[in-house]
Amino acid sequence: MLVRFFFDLRSAGVPVSITEFLALLQALEARVASCSAEEFYWLARLALVKDERHFDRFDRVFAEHFAGAERLFQKLVAEVPAEWLQSLAQRVLTPQERAKIEALGSWEKLLETLRQRLAEQQGRHEGGNKWIGTGGTSPFGSGGYNPEGIRIGNAGARQRRAVKVWESREYRNFDDRRELGTRNLKMALRRLRKFARQGAADELDLDGTIEATARNAGWLDLKLRPERRNAVKVLLLLDVGGSMDDHIRLCEALFSAARSEFRHLEYFYFHNFVYENLWKDNRRRHAERTGTFEMLRTFNADYRVIMVGDAAMSPYEIVQPGGSVEHWNEEAGSVWMQRLTAHFPQLVWLNPEPEERWEWTPSIQLTRELIGGRMFPLTLEGLDRATAALRRKPAR
Amino acid sequence: MNTRFSGTDRYIATADLGMAVNAAVTLGRPLLIKGEPGTGKTQLALEVAQALGRPIFEWHVKSTSKAQQGLYEYDAVSRLRDSQLGDARVADIRNYIVRGKLWEAFESEVQPVLLIDEIDKADIEFPNDLLRELDRMEFYVYETRELVRARHRPIIIITSNNEKELPDAFLRRCFFHYIRFPDAETMAKIVEVHYPGLKKALLAEALGAFYQVRETPGLKKKPSTSELLDWIKLLLAEDVPPEALRSDNPKKSIPPLHGALLKNEQDVHLFEQLVFLNRRAR
Repeated sequence: MLVRFFFDLRSAGVPVSITEFLALLQALEARVASCSAEEFYWLARLALVKDERHFDRFDRVFAEHFAGAERLFQKLVAEVPAEWLQSLAQRVLTPQERAKIEALGSWEKLLETLRQRLAEQQGRHEGGNKWIGTGGTSPFGSGGYNPEGIRIGNAGARQRRAVKVWESREYRNFDDRRELGTRNLKMALRRLRKFARQGAADELDLDGTIEATARNAGWLDLKLRPERRNAVKVLLLLDVGGSMDDHIRLCEALFSAARSEFRHLEYFYFHNFVYENLWKDNRRRHAERTGTFEMLRTFNADYRVIMVGDAAMSPYEIVQPGGSVEHWNEEAGSVWMQRLTAHFPQLVWLNPEPEERWEWTPSIQLTRELIGGRMFPLTLEGLDRATAALRRKPAR
Repeated sequence: MNTRFSGTDRYIATADLGMAVNAAVTLGRPLLIKGEPGTGKTQLALEVAQALGRPIFEWHVKSTSKAQQGLYEYDAVSRLRDSQLGDARVADIRNYIVRGKLWEAFESEVQPVLLIDEIDKADIEFPNDLLRELDRMEFYVYETRELVRARHRPIIIITSNNEKELPDAFLRRCFFHYIRFPDAETMAKIVEVHYPGLKKALLAEALGAFYQVRETPGLKKKPSTSELLDWIKLLLAEDVPPEALRSDNPKKSIPPLHGALLKNEQDVHLFEQLVFLNRRAR
């Protein structure tokens, strides 16, 4: 019963481990949760979920799992899934873990009791009685009766309230796809930091001083060293205008976060896709341009490149010479993109459009292929993946 | 000695929070507490210590904190200085081992409460450096070659503001509870324990105005419980009548003494605008 719940949680993307599962069983055995479905819900969440972003997923699995429990119980009594349950557990658990579980009571015995109790409860249920109150004697017992607590929801006010707790899905907003603020973005970008000691030596190097003094037979020998500074270099290429207007606040937030986070930050703008020219000032974009070749010459391959754009356009703008909506481009956008990816091995594309929509837009698919799949959604979770991709050493 | 926690006379703990604390105490696992700022995360540890009658050790983590500082520090510089001055204490290295909070908690005569406050402020590796200490409740002092082991497994309460993600290995060892923002009913109880005998009319109006401010879309910093309590304190000190808080009061555009609730000028501005638009629409 609970083992299935455990695997359902895992497949729903809640990262639960055996240790946590055992902790839950231990807590049930220690009678921390006593008598209500609500308490069991709290305890299970306390032990199994370690991040409020996963609360919503947990709530959904919990509701689904324990609402459909009736069918499961019948099947269990029919003795088919018992073996399945056991074999599943044997396949997945290591001998040590099995021994741990067996310390709580042997598998056979647990399953046997469980089955007996289920049969008993089934009978009483048909008799029109409530199932609640029979469980709570074994690690499984609590799981066994708790689903009942849900299903007989209309029988007692307490259980009805309990159902609401996980069905109201109050933690929906905490799921990963939440909006980003500058601070969140900064915290995410911070992972790109790469510290190096450069410049004037103006910080006391305590360890160095101690070692030098010791070598000096105890006479003080002060050592200084330069301060640690973030040495990562970032080049930001931002898509402006057109369909990007919808995402302007998000891009602003990203820009201001990046600006305060990196000392070596350069940025350029482009429209829809990269061609011969980029610019730094949107008001003077036609007067003051920087050639893309010049940009490639100026910045070496040490720079991490973050491109931001929705990549939503006509595919011709990418693959055809002269496809640009603004000017006649001699070479296709895809050629320019290939130059960029060849020059900067560490490059990602952040897309403010939701990831689910990508596969319906051919130009997004095209762009994704061009940059070798390194396109990530502009969410906190996507930014995490992007920084991880940027930190990866280029294969050379 | 009391062993179950269900809030104190100054702290309202919801049933799920009480259960989280009791589970952590029973199984001897650290309890990780997250939640909006101002929902009483740090306060929880103090109240648990008080309710269960245990001594408390507070370790406030900063961005420069190292895990080692919680265990002990070897004060090499003063030993160096003493050696230059020919102090006799130099011979014994133990004179220069400075105990950290964790060590102090381990030495406690009765089971203590240990608060590790704002663990997310420290470096990303910080929690990883404490894994063994929290698991086995022991650590090794290399300088004196002794093993320090906890006399009683402390009740550990850790708070986090979510600025950094904590490593999985660390999370697996903790219980996790998220303090949800209290609903109006719980909030009324919280206000009641802080300002007993508050006039019903004032409380109702204050809570109404407070939740109205909180629900304003686009606020940079939503006011929280601690801000509400400050605000009520001010209202009481200034003796503001309940009528002044009503939102349809034409004279006032926003609640009096709003400085306690809204903490930056963009938010105040935004709120004023919304109230203004609202009135025009009527």
